Amino acid sequence: MNELLRHLLNLPPQASSVARGIDTLHYTVIGATFAGVALVAAITLYFIIKFRRAGAAPGTTPRVVAPLWLELGVAGGLLTLFCAWWVVGFAQYRELETPPANAIPIYVTAKQWMWKFEYPGGPASSETLVVPVGQPVKLIMTSRDVIHSFYVPAFRIKQDVVPGHVVTTWFEAIAPGSYQVLCTQYCGTRHSFMRAQVIALAPEDFARWLEAARGPLPLPGAKGEGQGLAERGREVAAKHGCLRCHSIDGTPFIGPTWAHSFGTQRALAGGGSVLVDEAYLTESMMDPNAKIAAGFQAVMPSYQGLLDPEETAALLEFIRSLRDVEPVRPAPPPTGPITLPGGSRG
Amino acid sequence: MKLEVQYDSLARQHATARLGMWVFLASESLLFAALFALYAAYRFIYPAEFHAAAAHANVLLGTINTYLLLTSSLTVALSIHETKHGRRRRALVLLAITIGLGVTFEVLKLVEYGLHLRDGIAPGGYYSFSELPAHGAVLYFTLYYLMTGLHALHVLGGLAALAWLWLRLYRGRITSESYLALELGGLYWHLVDLVWIFLWPLIYLVK
Amino acid sequence: MAEPDYLRAHAGIRSWLLTTDHKRISIMFFVATTLAVMLGGAFAMLLRTKLLIPGPGIMEPITYNRLFTLHGVVMVFMFMVPVIPAVFGNFFLPMMLGAKDLAFPRINLASFYVYVFGACLTLWGMIHGGADTGWTFYAPYATISPTDVAPIALGVFVLGVSSIMTGLNFIATTHMLRREGVRWNTMPIFVWTLYATSIIQVIATPVLGLSVILVALDHALKMGMFDPALGGDPVLFEHLFWFYSHPAVYIMILPAMGVVAEIVPTFARKNQFSYKALAYSSLGIAFIGFLTWGHHLFVAGISQLDAALFGIMSMFVAIFSAIKVFTWVGTLYRGSISLKTPLLYVFAFIYLFAFGGMTGIAVATTSLDVHWHDTYFVIAHFHFIMIGGTLTAFLGAVHYWFPKMFGRMYPERLGVVSAVLVFGGFNLTFVPQFLLGNAGMPRRYATYPAQFQTLNIVSTIGAYTLGAALLLTLTYLIVSLFRGKRAPANPWGSRGFEWRTPSPPPEHNFVEPFDPALGPYAYDQPDPKEAA
Repeated sequence: MNELLRHLLNLPPQASSVARGIDTLHYTVIGATFAGVALVAAITLYFIIKFRRAGAAPGTTPRVVAPLWLELGVAGGLLTLFCAWWVVGFAQYRELETPPANAIPIYVTAKQWMWKFEYPGGPASSETLVVPVGQPVKLIMTSRDVIHSFYVPAFRIKQDVVPGHVVTTWFEAIAPGSYQVLCTQYCGTRHSFMRAQVIALAPEDFARWLEAARGPLPLPGAKGEGQGLAERGREVAAKHGCLRCHSIDGTPFIGPTWAHSFGTQRALAGGGSVLVDEAYLTESMMDPNAKIAAGFQAVMPSYQGLLDPEETAALLEFIRSLRDVEPVRPAPPPTGPITLPGGSRG
Repeated sequence: MKLEVQYDSLARQHATARLGMWVFLASESLLFAALFALYAAYRFIYPAEFHAAAAHANVLLGTINTYLLLTSSLTVALSIHETKHGRRRRALVLLAITIGLGVTFEVLKLVEYGLHLRDGIAPGGYYSFSELPAHGAVLYFTLYYLMTGLHALHVLGGLAALAWLWLRLYRGRITSESYLALELGGLYWHLVDLVWIFLWPLIYLVK
Repeated sequence: MAEPDYLRAHAGIRSWLLTTDHKRISIMFFVATTLAVMLGGAFAMLLRTKLLIPGPGIMEPITYNRLFTLHGVVMVFMFMVPVIPAVFGNFFLPMMLGAKDLAFPRINLASFYVYVFGACLTLWGMIHGGADTGWTFYAPYATISPTDVAPIALGVFVLGVSSIMTGLNFIATTHMLRREGVRWNTMPIFVWTLYATSIIQVIATPVLGLSVILVALDHALKMGMFDPALGGDPVLFEHLFWFYSHPAVYIMILPAMGVVAEIVPTFARKNQFSYKALAYSSLGIAFIGFLTWGHHLFVAGISQLDAALFGIMSMFVAIFSAIKVFTWVGTLYRGSISLKTPLLYVFAFIYLFAFGGMTGIAVATTSLDVHWHDTYFVIAHFHFIMIGGTLTAFLGAVHYWFPKMFGRMYPERLGVVSAVLVFGGFNLTFVPQFLLGNAGMPRRYATYPAQFQTLNIVSTIGAYTLGAALLLTLTYLIVSLFRGKRAPANPWGSRGFEWRTPSPPPEHNFVEPFDPALGPYAYDQPDPKEAA
């Protein structure tokens, strides 16, 4: 039944974990549409035939006014039906917007007129996004120039990629295959050429692919497609002066150490705590005074506008790569007046 | 004023003209409301930058301008009052004062713009103010220029209308029996004043 | 001695160009908007021809991109928004109130010249190559586009000013120029829908005006309001733009709904099934329509709370349209139905609008919209409403009021043939586009994956059919202006007030007094005119 309707409605294969549920709602809503419009058409046709004028126009016709109960019934019934669809649709939408905790992150950069995909600690590629089957994948995306939109019809997912924002979407491919990615927010002359492919591989095949793709590290200092993202993050940290306040081996200093921080719970000044994830780290870079770590002072400057999205992604990856580094000296953090080296921000 | 064929009385014709002016004023309010909404949104996103940028607003000039406009609303209302009571001389003087106050407002605005531009505070891509980095702060200043600029354009239109009304009053076309046009012009001027009453605290006084 | 009708009352080009007669201004708008829809239609034909093949073919992608932008700008701002109010509203609003003209005749004439100026600005931009940003002008692409964006944006601004002037005039007229006996709860429904439309025009259009001014400033002067490098937020532009552009679609459909509410009682010879429902639902659409714009931003990165609120409001606003469909169909019950061309167009409207409206409910269902947003499904949805709805109602209005406006009848048989061809051609064009959207074909695609070709070919054949049908209609209507049978004052036997005067009407509308006390739909009472 599902397949019949899917073919009748010209829908793509249901290649993601959410697709079937979304299509079921689709069939319901469209089915009701056809039924409702057919009903209206049938009633209209019936009235046209039954009450058609034969001969001269009558002087008067009977005065018929809709009874209030009928009006309220029709309005109320339809509103209930529409709200029911809204409830289901919104529940599904929330699922679409909330990546599962075990989703593996992949960074996506959109620019006129191509897609770039970068794997944590691993390769980067254009045009092809290789993912494992049966494993949720979280895409962390930004644009280098104008608004684009990442659309995979077979997965029923779509997310506008806006410059100046970091946005997330997720999916779980349920069968191996090749699925088209289309840019679906008009972005200029070659908008319709801005396409890519998602290639879903069985988990063992994916592991083998990733191993092969990582390959030997390039020469030190080399930049480009082959360079691991974390390495790039280390470069960015040095260049922008992050390492003047944050250590990477656990040494307590002006700012919280990056060693063994990703994925942990961090206590905040003034109470509460926060999970150290991409969102918190990105916020800390752009709006550092939004959350102050307990025991530290509000001296970090904002990097909004100073880091481009690619650099931000690289830093996140670098910090993530340090999560298993045991702190060298777990001494208490410094208190008292702070003097910044150099006197100004890096 | 001549009775138009679609009206059965001058009273109705005048009342309709007033209604039309109110609808027009409502429409113009939405134009400014959209800019206010944009300001509110960006202020919410960049509270610190807006705070820092607002410190460079010229509160003295802004406040003087507020007094000028408020007074001009009073003088135009008085001018209508005097016209209604047949005191043409006084009405002409009051209307002339209104126009004078409006012109002064515009001149001070230009001075203010000049002072800002001299420091490199320009809208959008032309911003070159050394004390405040662009990101976020430039939005405050671009909105400042847009909002006060749009307002100044409306003041200019109002001044043109008031000048034309002054001539009509002078030539005896506006009298104590027939002063609807002056009333409508006064209404428009009050809107221009009202918009400034909202603009002034938002740009100059807010912390 | 009979007073000459308004067409013959004064002669010479100056008597037309400087007229303040609402009926002559209506005719001038009729000519201008017909030219506009032909231009927009020509762009559409070019687009659909290109889409016969998946690759670029002989059309550069940037040319395609300019064409779809201009198609949208011309159709929305030069045709859909002004046409029914400025043509039929101008002509019939005063007559339906028993008045001799609108409240502000000179502002009416000015609104026509402002329209012409706005159209010329836009045309000038087109001659310079035209913008390629889409009619939605999204930042930041609209800022960095290599095309000439500013003249088109400014043209849209000026066209918006014309729209505000019309709305202001109609509001004042409805409040202040109702003849003795024409009350708020008995006046024609067409007046109600024009009134609701005018409220939207006056309140929403200034926001559009600001949006396009910002686009022009950003493009020409690098104002950077929405430039991420300066801290700007492109999504804020989307909010600003859609705050007008969603109510704008109600500007485009409400007058059409008013036309339907006039044609059905006349040709079913029956009172309105529920006058109150039709009047209040018009206000309901106008009010709630302001609260739904975020449904254009479901995948733009708005919060889940926003998505929820805008989604539920979108469901709510649809109920008013549903009540209207219910009422129009109910008015047929126990009537005496005469199947003339205007009523045929109304039946096409009811079916196509109901279908298109339900697909609107479908895209308002948030999870489904994730798949459909920015695909051909959405294009099909809004063309069902705008062509299947507004254009169809417009054609119904043209045929319904043609005798009154020009004193001539159109050929009924040709009218029926054309209506059937329009309906068929329309469906052939746009039903395949729902299927293309389902399959995932994005909109604004100059080239497309080959698997979409078959449906595109079908759609293009439909477009040619629709275009031919419309040209046929235009042809026989122009011929009828000169060779049509002379029309009586009231060929349809309608109780509407506009029929209580000769066809065409004299300059000041009415010759004899009439008593509007029974209202325009009192088919359950004997006709006072016949009785007397």
